Amino acid sequence: MNIVVPIKFVPDPVEDLQIDPSSGLLDRSFLRLIPSELDEHALEQALILKERHGGTVTVVACDTGDVDETLFTALARGADRAVKITGDDFQQGIGSRRMAAIIHAAISGEPCDLVLTGTQALDDMDGFVGALLAERMGVPYIGYVTKVEIAGNKAAVRKEYPGGLNAEIETALPAVLGIQAAEKPPRYVVTAKVMEAMKSRRIDEKPGEDPGEPFTFPDLRMALPEPARRAEMLDGSPAQVAQKIVALLRERGLVG
Amino acid sequence: MSEATSYEFLEKVIAATPDGAYIRKCLQCGTCSGICPYGFAMDYPPRALIAALRADDFHGVLESDTIWLCVSCFACASVCPMKIPLTRGLLATLKAEMLVGGSIPAELQTALSNSRRYGNALGESPRKRADWARDFTVPVPVMAGRKDPVEMLWFVGDYGSYHPRVQLVSKALAKLMHAMGMSFGILGPEENSDGDTQAFAGEWGLFELLARKNIRAMSRYQFREVITGDPHAFNAMKHEYPRLGFDKRVRHYAQVFAERIDILRPLLKNPLPLRVTYHDPCYLGRANDNGVYEEPRLLLRAIPGVELVEMDHNRVMSICCGGGGGGMWLDGFTWEKAHARTTEWRVREAVECGAQVLAVACPYETPRFEDAVKSTGNEGRLIVRDIAELLAESAFGREDVQ
Repeated sequence: MNIVVPIKFVPDPVEDLQIDPSSGLLDRSFLRLIPSELDEHALEQALILKERHGGTVTVVACDTGDVDETLFTALARGADRAVKITGDDFQQGIGSRRMAAIIHAAISGEPCDLVLTGTQALDDMDGFVGALLAERMGVPYIGYVTKVEIAGNKAAVRKEYPGGLNAEIETALPAVLGIQAAEKPPRYVVTAKVMEAMKSRRIDEKPGEDPGEPFTFPDLRMALPEPARRAEMLDGSPAQVAQKIVALLRERGLVG
Repeated sequence: MSEATSYEFLEKVIAATPDGAYIRKCLQCGTCSGICPYGFAMDYPPRALIAALRADDFHGVLESDTIWLCVSCFACASVCPMKIPLTRGLLATLKAEMLVGGSIPAELQTALSNSRRYGNALGESPRKRADWARDFTVPVPVMAGRKDPVEMLWFVGDYGSYHPRVQLVSKALAKLMHAMGMSFGILGPEENSDGDTQAFAGEWGLFELLARKNIRAMSRYQFREVITGDPHAFNAMKHEYPRLGFDKRVRHYAQVFAERIDILRPLLKNPLPLRVTYHDPCYLGRANDNGVYEEPRLLLRAIPGVELVEMDHNRVMSICCGGGGGGMWLDGFTWEKAHARTTEWRVREAVECGAQVLAVACPYETPRFEDAVKSTGNEGRLIVRDIAELLAESAFGREDVQ
C-alpha cells in the first residue's frame, strides 16, 4: 500500500488578514502560511493505514511557508518520503486547478495506490484539488471521507453527507480520497524527533512542472466582513440597568 | 507506546539529574505519595512508581495515563528523606517517555503545538506579543535595535504578554519599575515562552528550542540582569538555561523590589486596610530550593494598612495552584480524573484564615484562583491580586493602576 499525501499551505488566521489596497486581494507579503488542518488529518489517516497494512507514505508539498519544517515533522511522524515542489512563486497562492496539475506532474512517477488529501483547504474552501487530481490520474474520487478500510485492491470508505447522513462506498484502487477527519486527531511528535529527522532524513526536491491549465479563474476583489453595528453596553447599578432596559423596550414599542 | 524496559527507563531517570542515582536508595516510605496533591487519584504515585520499576513492570506504568495529574510542584521531592530528585528526575522523565510513545491528552497537545508554532502556549500571534504595552501610560521600551544598555531586561512571559487578566499585572509592574527609576526593556516579538512548563510536561526538546531562541534574542542586547514576574521563567533561566550557554543573573521582581525597599516604600502612599494572605508559588519557593519566601512578605508588609496573615500551608508547605508541569493546560483532564481542584482547597484555606485578599506572585495564579473564588462561591469575600497590583494600588491609587 503506497499512499501519497499532498499538503497545501494556507494563511494562518491567527494573524490579522489584510487586503492589499493596490490589488484588492489578500495581502500575502507578511502572511504566515501553515499546513491546512484537513491535510494534517489526511496524513494521520495515511499513517494509520500504513501501520495497519504496511507500505509507504509519501508527503508532497509546494515550496512555501515553513515547508521544510512541515515535511520533516511528517517524516518524524512516520512518513517515509518527503517531496518538495520548487520553482513557482507559491507564496502568492495558486488556484485549485493549477495546484492539481502541479501535484499530478510531481507524483506521476511515484508508486501510488491511494492519494489522501484534505477534502478542502481552509483558505479557498474549493474542495476541487482531490477531484481534479483524480481526473488527471484517471482514477475514482470520493470526498468528505471519515473512515477508510482497505481490503485487497479495494477500499471501503465512509462519506459524510449534510444532515448527519453517512454512506458506505466501495471503490477500486488506486483512488483519491478527500479526508474530512482522520480516525484519531493528528498525532503529536516530540520536538527532539523532529530535530533528529532534520539531521538524519532528507527532503527530495522536484522542480514544479506546470503543464498548462487553460481554465483558471482570476480573483477580482476580496473584502473583509463589514463590521456589524456595535452592541450598546448599559452601564450602572443593576437597578439603573433595569430601568434603561425598560426604557429601551418602551421606546421600541415592545412593551406598553 | 514507548518500548523502553524498566531498566532502560531507570537509566534515563538517573542520567536526568546530578543526584539521579539516589532513586536506588528509595525506602518506600511513601511520604512522597502522601504529600502529592493528586496522589490520591494516581495509579502510580511516586512510591508506587518506584516499586513498579523495581518489579520490572514499566509496561504497566505506561498503560496508565494518570502521570498527567503530576503538576511538578516539587512537594514530593521536598519531603523525600533520601533526597531523590523525584520531580525533575523521575516524574518529568516519565512524562517525556509518555510523549515519545504518543500518549498525550488532547488539551496538552494543543498547548505544546502552539508553543512550537507560535512560541507561546496560548496560540497567539508572536507579532502581537508587545501589543499590551503599546500606548500605555508609561513607556515600556522594546529592545529591538537598541544599542544602549538597560539595567533590567524584563522577561514578561506568555501570560503576562497575552492573558487579559495577567496583562494587568504586567501594567502594574511597568508603572512600579518606572516610578522606581529603573531602566528596563522588553524583548517583545523576539521573546518566546520560557519553556519551563513545557519541559516539566516532558517536552525537553521543545524546551531547548524555546530556550535557545530566548538566549539568542537576549544575546543581542546589553543589560545587567533579567527581571521577571514569572517564577517559571525565573526557575528555567536560573537552573536550566545555563547549560545552554546563558550566563546572566535572573531574579523575580519580588527579590529586586525587596532589595530596593528604601526606594519603593516612600511611593506606597495610599493605605490598603486589608487582611492579606500570601500564596507561595512552587517555582519561587520550593522548586530547586529557590527559597524566595521572605521577599514577597516584606513587600506586602511595606504597604501601609496591610495586615499579613498566614494560611496553614505556607512557604515550603505551600499547596500548588495546579498550573505547573503542564497542569495549566490539563484542567479538563485533571477534573475528569481527580474531581478536585487544588485552587479550591487553597481559596477555602485563604478564607478560613480570615484573609480578604489572596496575594500571589505568579502569572498562572491570578486567573486560576479567581476561577476558584467563583467556583467555591466566595465572590465578594475574597479577591485575588498579584503583589505588584497591590503595590501599584498603594502607590498610584485604585483608579490609576491601569
